[in-house]
Parts: sequence; C-alpha cells; structure tokens
Amino acid sequence: MTDTELASLQSAIEPYLPLGRSGLMPALHAAQKIYGWISEPVATEIAKSLRVPLADVHGVIEFYSMFYNEPVGKKFIRVCTDQACALKDADGLLNHLCAHHGIKPGQTTPDGATTIEASPCLGLCEQAPAILYGDEAETNVDLKTNTYDLGRPPSIVYGQIRLLTANCGNGSTTSLEGYGEYVALIKARGMKREDIINEVKASGLVGRGGAAFPTGVKWEGTSKADGSPKYIICNADESEPGTFKDRILLLDDPHRIIEGMTIAAYAIGASKGYIYIRGEYPYIVPVLENALHEARGAGYLNEDFDIEIRVGAGAYFCGEETALFESIEGKRGFPRVKPPFPTTFGVFGKPTAINNVETLCNVPLIVSMGAAEYRKIGTEKSPGPKLFCVSGDVTQPGVYEVPFGVTLRELLDMAGGIANQKKLQAVLFGGAAGAFATSAHLDVKMTFEDLRAAGLPLGSGVVMVFDETRDMRDAFARLGHFFAHESCGKCYPCQMGTQRQMEILNRIAAGKMQEGDLARLQDVGWTMTDASLCGLGQTAASAVLSAIKLWPELFKDESGKMKDEVRGKKKEVGGKKVVAKAKAVKAKAKKRSAKRKTQTVKKKTIAKKKKK
Amino acid sequence: MANEVSLTIDGQPLAVEQGTTLLKAAQQIGVDIPTICFHEATTSNALCRICVVEVEGQRLLQPACIVKAAQDMKVQTRSERVKRARKTILEMLASTMDLSDAPAILMMMKEYNASAERFPDAERRESEIKDDNPMYIRDYSKCLLCWRCVQVCADDAQYVNAINFNGRGFETQIGTFFDKTIPETTCVLCGQCVGVCPTGALKPKREYLLEQGMKPEEIGVMDTGRRKRRT
Ligand code: SF4
Ligand code: SF4
Ligand code: FES
Ligand code: FES
Repeated sequence: MTDTELASLQSAIEPYLPLGRSGLMPALHAAQKIYGWISEPVATEIAKSLRVPLADVHGVIEFYSMFYNEPVGKKFIRVCTDQACALKDADGLLNHLCAHHGIKPGQTTPDGATTIEASPCLGLCEQAPAILYGDEAETNVDLKTNTYDLGRPPSIVYGQIRLLTANCGNGSTTSLEGYGEYVALIKARGMKREDIINEVKASGLVGRGGAAFPTGVKWEGTSKADGSPKYIICNADESEPGTFKDRILLLDDPHRIIEGMTIAAYAIGASKGYIYIRGEYPYIVPVLENALHEARGAGYLNEDFDIEIRVGAGAYFCGEETALFESIEGKRGFPRVKPPFPTTFGVFGKPTAINNVETLCNVPLIVSMGAAEYRKIGTEKSPGPKLFCVSGDVTQPGVYEVPFGVTLRELLDMAGGIANQKKLQAVLFGGAAGAFATSAHLDVKMTFEDLRAAGLPLGSGVVMVFDETRDMRDAFARLGHFFAHESCGKCYPCQMGTQRQMEILNRIAAGKMQEGDLARLQDVGWTMTDASLCGLGQTAASAVLSAIKLWPELFKDESGKMKDEVRGKKKEVGGKKVVAKAKAVKAKAKKRSAKRKTQTVKKKTIAKKKKK
Repeated sequence: MANEVSLTIDGQPLAVEQGTTLLKAAQQIGVDIPTICFHEATTSNALCRICVVEVEGQRLLQPACIVKAAQDMKVQTRSERVKRARKTILEMLASTMDLSDAPAILMMMKEYNASAERFPDAERRESEIKDDNPMYIRDYSKCLLCWRCVQVCADDAQYVNAINFNGRGFETQIGTFFDKTIPETTCVLCGQCVGVCPTGALKPKREYLLEQGMKPEEIGVMDTGRRKRRT
C-alpha cells in the first residue's frame, strides 16, 4: 500500500478508532467503500488500528457474504433469486445479465468492471424481480419491455387501516417537519417509567419480527436488570425471505421508529441505542442518518440518549438477536447460548432490549392512544394493527396494514386475488422459516391464536402466494438453498443439516430422488428442529416438513420423474453450483483472474438503460 | 439441603448440588451421555448437540453439557427423539468428514446404529494436509469443528489468536489470517490446540511422520525447526 493509500484508509477509519473492536464492521465497510474489497494490507491496518487480532479480522470478513477479501468488480450487481423473484423469472434475468457480460454468476468481468452474484431476498419482493445495483435498488425489471425502476424503491401500501403506515407510501421520506412533534415521547416523559412499561404490557403488544415475545415483559426485564449502561436496539436486519415491511417503515417514516426507540430508552433507562440495518438496504442508511440528525437538532436525541446506525453485511443470521449483538461487537455473527438472556446480558454483556422495527412503530401509537383504546384494534388475544407482506402471484403485491383478525381470504381479496385469473395452489406463511398453507386455510383468521391452531406461524407477516401452475418442488429447493447459504455453521444439526437438506431437495426438484430420501429428509428436518442451537436451525425445516404433510405425493419418486425435463434446466440456477454460497465469490476470484485473459466483455446491458 | 435440587434422570431419582449440569448429574448415577465438543478445559459452546436430552415440559431437546439441573426436572437421556437426533448427527458427521482418527465417535456410531453411508452423494469437507511448521500438521478433512483449538489459542488459554474461522455454514473451516502458514502467524507453538483436538485433525508432526512410515532417527534430524520467538 502506498503512503497516500494508507493515509486515505486511516482517515476513513479514524472515526471508529475509539470504538475498538466494536468499530470493526464500520471500518470494514469504510475500507470496502474505498477499495471495493479488503486486501491483506488493508485488513492488517484495520486490525492494528482497532487492536483486533489479525485472525479475528479475517474471520469476520469471511463470515459476512458482502465483505470480500479478493478483488471484485467496480459495479456489483446482486440479482435476487429467492422465492418471490423466482416467480417472476429471476433465473432468466440472472442468466440474461450474465450472458450480456460474458460471465457466470459469482464471476467478475475480465476488465474488473462488473461482478454479478445471485443474492438471497433483497426485501423488494413486491417489486420482483429485484436487483441491488451497487447501492441502488433496481426493481420490476422487465426484460421484454426493457424497463425497470432504479433508485428509491416505491413503497406500495394498501389495507384497511393506516396507523403504522400513516406516513408511508407518499413517495418520499417523512421529514421531522412532516412528522411533527414527538407527541407520544412528550407524553411519556410526563409518566413514570413503570407506568409506560405497564401501558405497553397492557396493550398486549408482542414482537413483530417473528418470535412474538411480549414487548412490555422484555422492557420490564431490562429495566429491572442490574448493570449499566443499558441499551435499546432496533432490529432492522429484515432478512426473512418475503419480508419487506420494515424497509417501507424505515424509508418512509424513520421518525416513528426513532420516537419508539426514544420512548423505550426512557422507559428502561437506556442511554444508547443502535439501529442495526441489513447490508442489503444501503439506500436507507442516508435516510436514517438524516432523520437522526433532525432528531438531534430538535433535542430528542442528546447526550442522555443517542442512536447509532450499524450496517450488516449479508448475513440473514444476524437477525437473531444474540448474533446481532456479536456483530455490533465486531465479531462473527454466531448466536450465543441462552440463558443468559439479552435483558440481563445483551450487547457488550449489558442489559439490552431489542425490538423489531414494526414493534417499535407501535409504541408511539400505544402511548398516544392508551392501551385500552389500542386494544380495540384487532382481536382480544392479538390486539393492534399488523403489516402483512403480500407477494408472489397476486394482482396487487405490497404491504397491507390490517387489524389482526382478517381472514386469509379477505387479505387475498384486498390484494386483487390470484394474478391472471389463476387458482390458488399454496401460500408460504411467515417466510422461509414458516409453513405452507393451501386453499383449505383461506378462512383462517390472521391472528397469533388462530394461526397457531391451524399450525401456521405468523412469523414476520409473510404471505407469499403460489398459483396452480407453480412447481412447488422448485420452491422447496430454493428454501433448501437459502438455509444452506445462511446457516452460521456453529451447531452441527444446522451446519450439516441445512447442507444435506439442500442436497435432497435439489434431487427431488431434479426428479432424481433416491430411495430413502423422504426418510432422510424427515430425520434431518426433525433433528434440526429438535436439536439446533438457535432459531435458524430450529425453523430451517419447518416449511419443508409442512409441505411433506400437505403434498406427500410431491416427495415420491414416480411423479418426480415426470418433471425431469423441465427441472433439468432450472436446477442449474436454483442449485448450489450457480447461486453463490457464502464463499463462492471469494473462492471463484482466484479462478476468475486466470480466466480474465480469455473472456470478452459485452458491455451493453439492460442495466444501463434507464426507464423514462 | 437448601442448595440441592432433586430431579429424575431416566426415571431414577437423585439430588445434586445446585448449578450441576445434567451431564454431570447423569454421571453421578452412572448414566452416560455422549459428548463431542465438551471439554473440561474450554468454554462450553454447546454446539455439537450430541448430548441433547429430553426434558419434560420443554419443546426442544436440551444440551446436557450446559443445562443445569433444576428442582423436579424430569430428564430422558435415551428417548426416541433423542436417539433420532444423535443418530442423524453422527450420520451427517460421517458423511462430511474423515472419522478414521476419531475412535470415540466411531464407537458412538455403533451404539446408535448410525450408518456411515446414510447420505449418498453428500458433499464432504475435504482439504489438503497443511504441513507448514515443525511442530504439528493440520488435516482439516478430519476437523469436526469443535472450536476447541480456536478457543485455547484465544481467551481460554494462550491469548495469541493465531487461528479463527474461514467461511460459514457447511463451508466453515479453521484458518489463519489470509491463509498464512503457521510460522507467519502469532502462533507460539505452544501445542495446546493439538492437545485438545479430538480427531487427529491437529497432530504432532512426529506422530504424523511415524504414521507415514518414517523411522524415529530420520525424524530427529528433520525436526529441528527453531521455535519462533514472539517480539
Ligand atoms: S499452538 Fe499455535 S495455534 Fe495452537 S493454540 Fe498454541 S498458539 Fe494457538
Ligand atoms: S482442528 Fe481439531 S480442535 Fe480444532 S475445531 Fe477441528 S476438530 Fe476441533
Ligand atoms: S426481493 Fe427477491 S424474494 Fe424478496
Ligand atoms: S457436548 Fe454438549 S453440545 Fe457438544
């Protein structure tokens, strides 16, 4: 590294030096912004500056799929090949882009200009197929008309009520001026801390990220725990395939989140907050920074309580709360063994309350309305408004805000029914970690209690629709691939189980089922469910196990053979060979440089032509 | 006694001191629970999950190596669910790595009726033997990712952090900074990692060379690499 290069790196990482190891992720991001990747001398300099052991820095780079320790293209194109996009021919899009550039997924063009990678869900599912083009969202890509939307992804909001989304869907971020005073915060500050917690408890609010843990109980635990400082964390690592509601809240109405966090901080006595946002949402970061700046200007954030943004780097896994703490601390995002729980031993080993974006958005509402009024929305056991992420084969995909208790049928009707007058085949509930439903479930009420009784998880509110023509085996294979790609690798059942599950599901999708595969799939599935260390492994088989119950015939050899031909082609893309695994780009980079000489670049791509 | 808890394990009642793990409690009455990643000298991460047991009232199986005995707990160490989990974990291990140097695990496979051929066409974790320092060889085809070496190299003992992880998920492997050789790292050749490795993935160079058919006198000549001093 030349002296000038070193100097620019040093000044870029300077702000993070006081953070020590916790500054590692921000420093790596900053370095990658300059160089595009993280070379050995750069990693060495960062390690030295932050006093983190070299091997640990390397381990962190290796863990996050959006950090690269081999050169990558100046333009990074991530094409989502997850479920909702797959229904809109994401595979075709990926192949098309790759053909144009003369490379394969996971490769870089010989001139070092472009890298194309298949990506897990980008949180843009209602505008599928979606691409992350550099730091920009490129959505509704249509190869036939050669059109797409580039830039701020539109927020598509529908539904029966507009409480959480009152300021969303206007095509721009609601500024502090538009949002108005933090009325709920002002009211809260006039209340006793316990009273706020009691109010939240009385409201019946439970976590909206998937775990559905009572928010008030969490806050109470944190507030009563010994130790200081205390932390409040907003989990904005929205990565469950098919989930995009938090993206809309973050992008359109950041002040509601900040107000929710500020109220929480006051209630539990936290002096510091973090918003941990997934690396696939780079375009939201400046929006949040600006909102925090406004909130500081208005005095809502100050020396007593302030909020810092942390950006992930491609690890679904870090949505797990303890893994998220590890990531903030500058470590590989491994989950911790619980207990101890976050309320007593959270980030930096201190009492921490961690809440999902949508959960926090409910807080100002509860404080303003009062718990009694709030409980009039929704049902007795599932009070409040809820955002559902409707995607796939419906006429009108988008975020739907409804009171808990509407039926699946009503929700699908609101979304204009199944697209192109087709019939419903299946609904994936709760995301990849969820379960499948069929038309038999249309009259199930969308509440925690009713869904539980029907054996369906509400999860993060994913409702992904498959019409009658869809090949469900392809969907299973994608689920399998997703979990194999995202397993952190800590515990054996999940580390090896997700791999074996993917292999079997790929075989089934390819019509190459082997004798005993169904039994293997179930043994692996139940072992992951029963014995994994954290929620990822415990739910990695849930959708597949639900599918085995619903459609046993799909897991039988005879019918598998029928689809042989169709599957042969698709398998290439859904299969692990092509869709880059965590290390694929890194591993392929070496081969890539060898290939560079022989490859020709095709410069013209759809990605360069802008709509309008 | 006040600081004792009573529970039953496989139907046998017993009382143990508060804070005792189920693993230790079971040992007290001669019930054997298998372990792989557990080691007295390293921090328990409960990651292999071979020690899982069924605890009445708990939805998920519980790792006996870290879960503490509690009053009136009812524990099953050999229920059908437990056996399925253990058998499947062992079968997945056998389909992933080279267990030839891990006799304890091979014995477990027999006990749980686990077949090494259960998973056909399974991708294995293979890698070449790394022979880059005078003290030990690294053969990660035999590594079962128990994490012990990384832990003793760091805060569990040596505090030099020479090794960490590459990749994630199934593709995780123990590695060094940008895959440097051991002498290029902060390693002080203390040998603690070799001592805790359960599978022969880390092996003293001498033992390795003997296995390769070298004679002890030949090795004496070779094995004179100077110890690297830390500055
Ligand atoms: S021998 Fe080297 S790698 Fe192993 S524990 Fe000691 S210092 Fe760490
Ligand atoms: S090399 Fe040995 S000690 Fe280290 S993780 Fe692998 S099996 Fe465990
Ligand atoms: S953005 Fe493609 S599935 Fe979510
Ligand atoms: S011995 Fe308990 S999890 Fe490994």
